Amino acid sequence: MPNKVLDARNITVTYKTEKGPLDTVRNVTLQICSGEVYGLVGESGSGKSTLARAIVRYLPENGFLKSGEIYLGDTNLLSLSRAEMRQVWGGRITMVHQDPNAAINPSIMIGEQIAEVARTHLKLSKQEARDKALEMLNKVRMADPEEVAKRYAHQLSGGMLQRVLIAIAMATNPELLIMDEPTTALDVTTEAVILDMIGDLMCEYNTAVLYITHNLGVVARVCNRVGVLYAGEIMEEGSISQVFKNKLHPYTRGLLGCVPRVDVNKKDISLKAIPGYIPQPDQLPSGCVFAPRCELVEPACRETQPLLNEIESGHLSACRRYEILKNYGEVIADTRQVQDEQEYGDLILEARNIKKYFPVSGGRSLFNKSRRVEVKAVDDISVRMRRSSTMGIVGESGCGKTTFARCIMGLEEATAGEIELEGELLPYAVAKRSWEILRKMQMVFQNPDASLNPQHPAGEAVARPLVLLRNLNKKAVRERVKELFEAVNLPEDFIDRLPHELSGGEKQRVAIARAFAADPVLMVCDEPISSLDVSVQASLMNLLVDLQESKGTSYLFISHDLSAVRHLSDWIAVVYLGRLWEIGSAEDVFIPPYHPYTEALLSAIPIPDPDIKQESIRLKGSVPSAMRIPSGCRFHTRCPRKIGEICEKKEPPWQDIGKYHQICCHIPQEELINLQGDGLIKKVQNTRGDIV
Amino acid sequence: MTSYLIRRISFIILTLFLASIIIFSVTQLLPGDVAGIILGQFATEQALINLREELGLNRPLHVQYLDWAGSFIRGDWGNSLTSRLPVRPMVMQRLGNSAMLAGLALLIYVPLGIFVGVIAALKRDKWPDQLISGISMAFVGLPEFVSGLLLITFLAIGTGWFPANSSIDVDSTFSEALPYLILPAITVSLTGLGYIARMTRSGTIDVLRTDYVRAADLKGLPARQVLIKHVLRNSLLPTVTVVAMGIGWLLGGLIVTEAVYGYPGLGRLIVYGIQRQDLPIIQASSMIVVGIFSLSNLSADILYGFLNPRIRVGE
Repeated sequence: MPNKVLDARNITVTYKTEKGPLDTVRNVTLQICSGEVYGLVGESGSGKSTLARAIVRYLPENGFLKSGEIYLGDTNLLSLSRAEMRQVWGGRITMVHQDPNAAINPSIMIGEQIAEVARTHLKLSKQEARDKALEMLNKVRMADPEEVAKRYAHQLSGGMLQRVLIAIAMATNPELLIMDEPTTALDVTTEAVILDMIGDLMCEYNTAVLYITHNLGVVARVCNRVGVLYAGEIMEEGSISQVFKNKLHPYTRGLLGCVPRVDVNKKDISLKAIPGYIPQPDQLPSGCVFAPRCELVEPACRETQPLLNEIESGHLSACRRYEILKNYGEVIADTRQVQDEQEYGDLILEARNIKKYFPVSGGRSLFNKSRRVEVKAVDDISVRMRRSSTMGIVGESGCGKTTFARCIMGLEEATAGEIELEGELLPYAVAKRSWEILRKMQMVFQNPDASLNPQHPAGEAVARPLVLLRNLNKKAVRERVKELFEAVNLPEDFIDRLPHELSGGEKQRVAIARAFAADPVLMVCDEPISSLDVSVQASLMNLLVDLQESKGTSYLFISHDLSAVRHLSDWIAVVYLGRLWEIGSAEDVFIPPYHPYTEALLSAIPIPDPDIKQESIRLKGSVPSAMRIPSGCRFHTRCPRKIGEICEKKEPPWQDIGKYHQICCHIPQEELINLQGDGLIKKVQNTRGDIV
Repeated sequence: MTSYLIRRISFIILTLFLASIIIFSVTQLLPGDVAGIILGQFATEQALINLREELGLNRPLHVQYLDWAGSFIRGDWGNSLTSRLPVRPMVMQRLGNSAMLAGLALLIYVPLGIFVGVIAALKRDKWPDQLISGISMAFVGLPEFVSGLLLITFLAIGTGWFPANSSIDVDSTFSEALPYLILPAITVSLTGLGYIARMTRSGTIDVLRTDYVRAADLKGLPARQVLIKHVLRNSLLPTVTVVAMGIGWLLGGLIVTEAVYGYPGLGRLIVYGIQRQDLPIIQASSMIVVGIFSLSNLSADILYGFLNPRIRVGE
C-alpha cells in the first residue's frame, strides 16, 4: 500500500480584490501517494497554479486559504510558521516552474544554484555540495556537467535550463515535487526529451508528483492519475485510463474533442469546440459551474451544485448525468461531409529560393568588412501555394519559419530570391509594394495584444483596411464591419469595445476579421492560436476552416504545434535551420517514408490517448546556431538516422516520393520505408479503428 | 572587450575634441578680447595693438585654436590672466578639493540610499515606503541653495556644531578640511540620496517580482540569503551605474553648493573664471569637467558589464 504523501482536503482559496473577496479555488481535495504522478489539467484561469501555491503556502499577499487542511505526511502544514515552512520548501516540497529562462538567477553560476540547496537542506559542506551539484547534473543527463556548472543561465538553452531546474528540485530527494507547466515553454522535440527524463527519474525516486499542465497529451504521457480542474473545482478525477477512456464529465470530453488529431484533418472532422468561456470567479453560475457551456445541461443542473461522486473505484465525476455519458461511445468529434475531391486550384504564390541573411552587429570591424558574420535565418526556401489551400510550415523555434513568412509579407526584406503573387513579381520591401498587393496579402500575428492598438475600438481595427485598401465609403465600411464581425462569430456590440475588454480568443477573432477585411488572396498566420487555451484554439481552427471554404483564401500557417498543422493544412513544409527538408501533401508527410527530422517531430507530439505507444525518436541537443551551420546535411549533428560520412560532407539530394511529396535526405526512400515500417499514423489508426 | 574599450576610448577622444572646439569658440564670443581684459578699460589703443600682436591674437582663429589645443595637450595650460599664475596646478588643486568633497558625499549617500531604497522596496506601498519615497522626492526637488542655507542656519549658526563657512585654504589636507566638508557633503548627499534610493527601490521591486526570486524562496533558502544573494546582486546593477555617473556631477557640477559654502572646489573656480573673464581658467576647467564626465560614464558602463554576467561572459 503506497503511503499518502500529500493530503489536501477541502481547499478553498480566496483573493481579496476590488470586487470583494473571490473564491478562486473551491473545496478541492487532492491526495497524492509516493511514486505517483498526479496530473492537474485545466484551461488558464481554472485555478491550477493558485491551488499549487496554496498547497505550498506561497500565495500572493492578497490571497489566503479560507478553509481546508493540508498534510504532508504527518505534518500539518497549516500549523507551521513561515520560518518552519522554509524548512519544508526546497527540502520536503520542491517546485519546477514554467519558464526556465526566468526561474534561474541570471547572475549566479548554475552549479552554485544547485549546491546552495544541498548546503541548506542536506547540511553538506561546500565541497560536498559542489559534488552533489555535479551528481544531479549527471542525473538529468546533462552533457559535460563540470562545464555546465560554471556557466550562467544565458549560456544555456531552454531545455538545458529546465534540466537544471529539475536537478535543483530533485537534489534534496523531496517527498513532493510540484511541476507547473514545466515543458510549455519548450519546443516539442525538447519537451519529448524532458518528459522521457521525468518519467525515468520518477521510476528511480519515489517522489509524489503534482504535474500541472493544460496539455492533455502531456498528461497521457507522464501521469498515473489525473484531475480535471474547471473554474476552481475538480470536475473529474481518476486513473489515466479511467479518465481518458470513460470520460465521465462533459468538460473532459469537451477538452479532448478540442485537440486536433494526427490521423484525420479538416476534411474529415471539425473540432468540437466548447462554446463560451470559463466564468470569472465573480460571475460564477449557480448550480454546476460548467452548466452554461454544457451540452447535456438540464434545468436541475442550474439549481443544485453537483457533488464529486466516486462512480467506480478511484474514478470521481462531478456530473449529475454521468450515466448518459457512459452510453455516449467514443465519437467525440463531428465528422464532416467529405466534399468531392477537388482538383488543386491554380497557383497563387510562388516563392523561389528565398534567402534572408542578417548581419551580426559587433561581429564586423570597421576596417575588415570581409570578416562579416551572418545569421542565415532563411537559406534557400522555395514554396508554391495554390488557391484555397493551406500550407503548413513546421519546425522548431529558431528554424526560420517566421522569418520566411515575414519575407513573403515584405516585413523583412529578403536577401535574395523571387516572390510571385498571382503571376506578378513582388518587390522585397512592403513599402515598395502597391496597395493592391497589400490588399491581396494579409497577416495574423501570434500575439493579438501586441497587434491591436489598445486605444482603438475593435471595429476601427477592422475598418482600417476597408478604408485604406478598398476605398469604401463610410456607410459601406460600417456594413462590412458588421458582416465581418458576424463572420468571425463576434456579437455586434463588440465593435465598440476596446481590446482590453476582450479575451485573448476574441482579440484573435478581431485580428482575423481585420485580415479578411481586405479580402485577401493569401493570409499568413504566424502561430495565431499558440497562446490560447485548447477550447479557444479549437473554435478558431474551425473558424479558419469555415472562412477558407466560403472565401477561397489560401493560408500560410506557421506553427510548432504539429497536430494543429496537421488538422488545418493541405500541404506541409518541414523547415530546419533555414532550409526545407520535406514537403508534400499533409497525408503523405504524415506517413512513411518521412525525413528523419519529420519523424522526430512526429514522434514527439504528445497524443492525448494513453493507449498509443509512440515510437520514441529523440533529437540530441538543440538547434545549432544559424551562424555556424553544420557542413553537408545541416541536420547530421542531431540526426538519429545518420548513415555515415556522406551526411557530414555532401548536401543531400531531393528525392521524389510519389507525385506530391519530396524529401531531402541521403537515405534512399526504400530504406527509409524499411526503417520506419508502418510509421506513427498507421498505429494510431489501428488503435482507433472506429474512425476513417 | 578590448575592441569595445578601444571604441569607447576613441569616442571619448572625439567628445573631447568637439568639446574643445565648442569651449574655444564660446570663449571667443565673450565680450571684449584678451588684450582688453589684461590691460583694463583705460588702456591706449596702441598698447592694445601691441599686446594683441604679442599674444598672437591677430592670427586666424583656426591657427589660434590649434596653438591652444596643442599646448593644452602638452600640459601647458597657460597662465591666469588675473593672477598671472600657471593654470594647471591651480585646476589640479581644485580638482583635488572637489574629490575630497565627492568622496565624503559618496560615503554618506550611497550606503544610506541603498539601505533606505531596499527598505522601501521590501515594504512596498506600506508606510515605510511612502515615508521614504516622499522624503527622497522632496530632497531631490529641493534646490541646494535652500537645503544648504537651512543646514547652515540650524547646524552651524543655531548650534555651532559645524563651521558655517567652508572657504578653507586651497591646499588643505583631508584631515584639515574634514570639519569644513561635512555640511557641504550633507547638502550634496540630500540630492544624491534621493536618486540612489529611488533607483534602488525600483530596481529591487522589479527583481522581487521575478520568477527566480520566487524560486529561491521556494528552495527554502534563509530569507536573508535570498535577499542578499538572489535579489540585491541583480537589483543593484542599475544603482551602481547611477553612482558611477554621479562622480562626474560631484566633481564638476557642484557650482551652487560650493558657492553657498565658499568651498574652493572646481565648480567655484569655474565661476571665478567666468566672473573675471579669465579665459585660460575657463577653458582648462571646462575641459577637465568634460573629461571627467566622459570617464565616469565609461567607468559606469565597464562596471555594469563587469557585474552583469550576460555582458561579462558572452554566449
